[in-house]
Amino acid sequence: MTVTSSETATLTLPTDEQILITREFDASKDLVFRAWTTPELVKRWWHAKRGTVTVVEIDLRVGGKWRYVMVADDGFEVGFHGEYREIVPNERIVSTEVFEGLPEGVTEEQGGTVNTATFTEVDGRTTVTLLVQANSKEARDAIIDSGMEAGLQDALDLLEQTARSLR
Amino acid sequence: MPAMARAATTTDAFNAIAEPRRRQLLDALAGGERPVNDLVRELGLAQPQVSKHLRVLREVGVVAVRDDGRRRLYRLNGKALKPIHDWVKSYERLWSERFDQLDAVLDDLKQKEEGDDSDE
Repeated sequence: MTVTSSETATLTLPTDEQILITREFDASKDLVFRAWTTPELVKRWWHAKRGTVTVVEIDLRVGGKWRYVMVADDGFEVGFHGEYREIVPNERIVSTEVFEGLPEGVTEEQGGTVNTATFTEVDGRTTVTLLVQANSKEARDAIIDSGMEAGLQDALDLLEQTARSLR
Repeated sequence: MPAMARAATTTDAFNAIAEPRRRQLLDALAGGERPVNDLVRELGLAQPQVSKHLRVLREVGVVAVRDDGRRRLYRLNGKALKPIHDWVKSYERLWSERFDQLDAVLDDLKQKEEGDDSDE
């Protein structure tokens, strides 16, 4: 596998209910769209090196359902699912997303988000923007908090690696 | 998202910057120290309102102030913003890592396309 020098994704919080993630890729938007919507390909990148993606179901049509499941390296399983609301091939996908481990008492309406992914190509490079629209600031913040958990996991993994290297 | 309950325990700085006008003030101060009048003009709010927001930001330590003759100059205190920065960064890193993997997938797809072209 080629090691591509990594561009960083930038994250901003445009409003209290939104998360906006932006990243540029050295590829045409057709390819990025394909990698974004083809199950075998999604399995290869969605894990973020934190586990194994075990399920990727994509029914890419308006009203079609999607579902992703990942088993993290510590055995913890996380699932997400939703429905496609709008699809413009190679340009834009609007879909709903629900985390399958929402805390008790939080409904899918409260905890779910509407995600808009756009693919814009300039000179053969494609910028992907992912706008996550939550229903409340609390729900938005909880999503960002989930990164904190993962961040902690990163730190523990590193610690373990370091400890092993000292043996 | 096992952290739904965490919102209640977030530090004051989180609450202080939750207000859009206050975030606008922080943006305005990101470029450097500014006198109140400047900020009033930039936000298009009345001075008492701006002062009120600045006071909240000062109370949680996100903004610092000093007197320069007759002017009061406000500046950002990056250290107080660090918890917020770190909080967002960890989620950003999840996507950065995801996208690094996507780079590799795209490299593969490009190579395959080039391979297909040369076969023709």
